[in-house]
Amino acid sequence: MGRRVLITGLDSFWGGRMAQALESDPEVEMILGMGTREPTVPLERTEFVKADQTYSILSRIVGATQVDTIVHTFLVVDSTRVSSRALHEINVIGTMNLLAAAGQSGSPVRQVVVKSSTLVYGSASTDPTWFREEMPRTSPARTRVERSLLEVEGFVRDFAEDNPATVVSVLRFANVLGTDIITPISTNLSRPICPAVAGYDPLLQFVEEDDVVRCLEHVTRQRIPGLYNVAGTGKLPWSEVTGICGTRLLPISPVGTHAAAAPLVRLGLIEFPPELESLLRYGRGVDTTRIGKTGFSCRYTTAGAVESFIRAVRLRRSVGDAPPSYTYSQDIEHFFRHSSAVVRSEG
Amino acid sequence: MTAGKEAIHREQRAELVPLPRTDDTPTPGPRLSDVDEWGRSEHTRTIARRLFAPLYDNWFRVEWEGLEKIPKTGGALLVANHAGAIPSDAPTIMHGIEVERGRPVYGMADFFFREVPWLGTMWARVGGVPAHPDNALRLLRDQGQLALVFPEGTKGPSKTYADRYRLRRFGRGGFVEIAMRAGVPVIPIAVVGAEESMPIVFRLPALAKLIGVPYFPVTANMLLFGPLGLAMYFPAKFKLRVLDPVTFNVPSGQERYSKSRVMEEAEKIRINMQETIYEMLRERRSVWFG
Repeated sequence: MGRRVLITGLDSFWGGRMAQALESDPEVEMILGMGTREPTVPLERTEFVKADQTYSILSRIVGATQVDTIVHTFLVVDSTRVSSRALHEINVIGTMNLLAAAGQSGSPVRQVVVKSSTLVYGSASTDPTWFREEMPRTSPARTRVERSLLEVEGFVRDFAEDNPATVVSVLRFANVLGTDIITPISTNLSRPICPAVAGYDPLLQFVEEDDVVRCLEHVTRQRIPGLYNVAGTGKLPWSEVTGICGTRLLPISPVGTHAAAAPLVRLGLIEFPPELESLLRYGRGVDTTRIGKTGFSCRYTTAGAVESFIRAVRLRRSVGDAPPSYTYSQDIEHFFRHSSAVVRSEG
Repeated sequence: MTAGKEAIHREQRAELVPLPRTDDTPTPGPRLSDVDEWGRSEHTRTIARRLFAPLYDNWFRVEWEGLEKIPKTGGALLVANHAGAIPSDAPTIMHGIEVERGRPVYGMADFFFREVPWLGTMWARVGGVPAHPDNALRLLRDQGQLALVFPEGTKGPSKTYADRYRLRRFGRGGFVEIAMRAGVPVIPIAVVGAEESMPIVFRLPALAKLIGVPYFPVTANMLLFGPLGLAMYFPAKFKLRVLDPVTFNVPSGQERYSKSRVMEEAEKIRINMQETIYEMLRERRSVWFG
């Protein structure tokens, strides 16, 4: 029997990309995507279920569909896009419900893949130059995104302990850049001016968005348990990243940085969430030896990810945003998947 | 057409046809600077070397003894005594070994350095590394480099002139443990001259607390030259003596080592360094001429 996969956050960037990637895998028999809104990418055979943010109906779905794999991509790592309340609901309560459903007695779930972030390490002056997976962060988590991700990883650890038969894979991705993803960093880099904390030029690591999807696919297909850092090789100083992107640095006072940046954020000139502020001071590096040993390597280095991103930005500057090529319509999707009029090759 | 020419021709032709990627070798992106993964830049280092060389040669007139004890290859942990309000011993040791021994030295500094705007960035560019045990292990064991630590920490440079050349406590002996784990020798270096290059007359603890620095020194240089004294060293003669490398007869790679053994080894090294410094001071005729 093929694998039956449930993807959370089908309407989000990563959920949609992951579903597309798994659709081409003949070993995957069924893909079910959950989301709070309609999917934004065209999908051929993924089934879509609309759910609330906290996935309260998940245990019923898991029982009814007998999924054996859950890919949890619906974790918010960008605090500028949702309210504090929603962030907590999505990350903490959502994961709690998900793991409760996956861990109920007689659960068919054999693997849980969680897309976490290197934000869990934070960014502080006391940090090592490279974090290995087992190293704890060196400063207390103050931002709400970091706190919620730590809580999520705590739940996942407990779950792995309580369900030794289930393969639990947690991937901590470095900051993502790529052709399509929008993050506070990508927004800043695509503008003519870009914030920096005066006097600091931290080293950063990036991972390209295709590598994120490839890595999620890799651990899902190979059923690889464990906790892994994922980042492109190499590090770049922030001044060089901005130089490659052709944006001008706007140095913000190193003292009272938050207050100094606030008016600029309010005017919409820059994006400057608290996690970016500490990152632009001390940077962050993660050791990716462990994921390398599982046979995965990123196709893009850190500098390659920056280049991939800026090439896409240049194209958009010339031709404008691509019009949305796809709009979800329940009737049409239902017709293609379930109508007897559609000829399906697999019979 | 000769065979050689044909090969060249074929190569050129092959270049014109982009082949689909079949492997997973990462796509390297364009680079604008030469800053490496530790944050050092050869470009900045060349400039720094050029700026520091006259100070090293003509101002401090640095003299080494036993430089040959520093190995040409392989990792080693250098430890030295630390002195002077804004310590000049770190750049002196780094520059000296680099120029006279042809090996780069990674200076491990307190995290506090990273927090100081501009200075922290500059320090990283010229070869400074935050003193995290994992960083030391990477440098010494994985990359076989020379790392320099000052086991006294800020207790060394913050002591006043009255306490000159009296080594402070060597922390918790962490440097010994790291050398044991990395399986590399500890090479102690005794430095004479740094104390007199920027002696601290008194400290202002309240002001230090207010601006958040480990200590705020008022140096003789500052009393004489005003704010210029921050960058104005007295031309004390620098003498450095490299002591015999210390190896530990323990298996490397252990998570933990006997604390009593670690403390004992650290204390042995400290006493040896202190004795050497006293010996060098006995031989010294003049602070300024050596």
